[in-house]
Amino acid sequence: MTTTETAVFGKVPPDGSPAGAAGSRSAVDLTPASRSGLFWVTSDAWLLAKRSLIHTWRVPDVLVFSSVQPVLFVLLFTYVFGGAIDVGPGKNYVDYLMPGVFAQTVVFGAMLTGMGLATDKQNGLLDRFRSLPMARSALLTGRTLADLVRNTFIVLLMLAVGLAVGFRFHDTSAPEVIAGFAVLLLFSYAFSWISATIGMAVSNPEAAQSGGLIWVFPLVFASSAFAPVDTMPGWLQAFAKHQPVSVTIDASRALFQGGPLATPLISSVAWSVGIIAVFGPLAVRVYRRSTSR
Amino acid sequence: MSESDAPAVLMEGVRKNYGSTQALAGLDLTVAAGTVHGLLGPNGAGKTTAVRILTTLLRPDAGRAEVLGLDVARSAAALRGRIGLTGQYAAVDERLTGLENLEMFGRLYRLPARRARARAMELLERFDLADAARRMSGTYSGGMRRRLDLAASLIIAPPMLFLDEPTTGLDPRGRIGMWEVIGDLVRDGTTVLLTTQYLEEADQLADQISVIDGGRVIAEGTADELKARIGGHQLDIEVARGGDLTAAAGVLAGVGTGEVTVDEQSRRLSVPVPGASVLAEVVRGLDAAGVALVDVALHRPSLDDVFLSLTGRASGAAAHDGGGAASDTPPAQGGGSEPQDLVTT
Ligand SMILES: Nc1ncnc2c1ncn2[C@@H]1O[C@H](COP(=O)(O)OP(=O)(O)O)[C@@H](O)[C@H]1O
Ligand SMILES: [Mg+2]
Repeated sequence: MTTTETAVFGKVPPDGSPAGAAGSRSAVDLTPASRSGLFWVTSDAWLLAKRSLIHTWRVPDVLVFSSVQPVLFVLLFTYVFGGAIDVGPGKNYVDYLMPGVFAQTVVFGAMLTGMGLATDKQNGLLDRFRSLPMARSALLTGRTLADLVRNTFIVLLMLAVGLAVGFRFHDTSAPEVIAGFAVLLLFSYAFSWISATIGMAVSNPEAAQSGGLIWVFPLVFASSAFAPVDTMPGWLQAFAKHQPVSVTIDASRALFQGGPLATPLISSVAWSVGIIAVFGPLAVRVYRRSTSR
Repeated sequence: MSESDAPAVLMEGVRKNYGSTQALAGLDLTVAAGTVHGLLGPNGAGKTTAVRILTTLLRPDAGRAEVLGLDVARSAAALRGRIGLTGQYAAVDERLTGLENLEMFGRLYRLPARRARARAMELLERFDLADAARRMSGTYSGGMRRRLDLAASLIIAPPMLFLDEPTTGLDPRGRIGMWEVIGDLVRDGTTVLLTTQYLEEADQLADQISVIDGGRVIAEGTADELKARIGGHQLDIEVARGGDLTAAAGVLAGVGTGEVTVDEQSRRLSVPVPGASVLAEVVRGLDAAGVALVDVALHRPSLDDVFLSLTGRASGAAAHDGGGAASDTPPAQGGGSEPQDLVTT
């Protein structure tokens, strides 16, 4: 029963000995390189970031869908609701809207972090990664960094759409504009870590998605993204004014269009740094304890 | 080659609960270096949990677990650089090519870029995946993906390899191929702990078998030792004419160690016998009595029989072995006896 099956997997060399299977006979030197701990933390994270970017590149539907939705929002709000929303005398609604759309885009984009990680968990890759001698933070850092790159790309795409429908920067300078985007992207990076924590804690990507949306929806819509907060009922205003999405939008609006800057900027950066400081270690902790299935 | 070395795997009284589910209830296990050890048990027996503890993915609630002399909890980091794991579900990145997968895992095992690539190529060649090296692994067949998965666990040529149900989901050809690969690994000195629900597989591959059920080991030994536990061989014959049944039963009673069972419908008889040596005697005896044979077969008890006698129930995996009990075979396949596997003298 064996003769016909002998070479199903391996090439048996002419001398009949099995080809260097376990690699005691491997032609390749398999001793690991010795470097410092910090080198490995960075190198492992980079490898996994590269992996996630290859995913995005190779299966671009995620990228397409996460761009289509904000584009629809821009068109809908600019042309349908724009006329009805009063953003102040002499102000253009699209100028008000775009920072809100940027924030919405990066916050929803950050949800993909958790979904991607939950997918790794579901299909068994998490077990493999956890059994390797790689840095404990690498899978999460790599993923969040790749998602930051992807979010940056989508934000630039949204900027192009915005410029096409009449969005302009006013009373600002190039460094301020760049700082405005930096505030948004830092915020997006922070939200990726919340999303990563959820993704590691649940058992499948669907749960990660609904677990993410539950708290993201109120944050995005009860905010200053689409309409000024002072038009909301009093009880909602208190929340809407100070919650992290609003302050981030207010900060980037001020950097893009002028206006009071210090308070929203400080709040936004404090929120982002605080979220990373809490959820970074928490996500890694959950990672270390979770197994596939 | 030194058999007296410390065991490659040592588990003593290992317990693990998931909430209120007890997965391991004091598991004891010793795997000698350089051997293949089979962990055999039905679904839910605790096999995967044991493998996860030994590969540092789970911490035991109680007990001691060491691999290559390293404690799985205290020396987890050091251990990860010396073991390979092929989990129950093929863990490869479906959106990367086969080559990219192996290169990435090689780098994560801390091989420098060039060596990681060379090793990836070597393994792809070895596992007959060279032609598919630049295709996304999501497009691979189940067998190819399993091979890629196994290749990934061999990147650093680990001295200790864990295979959790390595052939589940493979067709018979793929399964035999996997068996050969595992055989090659062991010849090269790798110690393998493999889990399986297939009794036949444990019999084929493992030097030593631990039967586990309900999170503890219920029997241990070589396949032969386990089989010996429930007695010797069983002789089954089928006679051509119904009228010969009594004469044949008389001959079998003369050599058997137990009761002769007769199934008149299928004209089959079976009897426990001490060993293969009785076969010639039986055939001669039947010939002398003028009994025409259609079939004669000598069975060692299958591991299924072992499992049944150890746990009081059938194993989780369906036994496919054609032989065995004559009692519930369907009514004889017509009178025309086409004696395909006739044994005569
Ligand atoms: N993550 C988990 N959560 C809860 N129960 C689990 C989990 N993993 C396994 N179990 C339970 O633990 C027992 C042993 O499971 P497992 O080790 O997977 O067995 P096997 O691999 O032999 O099929 C089963 O009863 C199973 O349902
Ligand atoms: Mg299992």
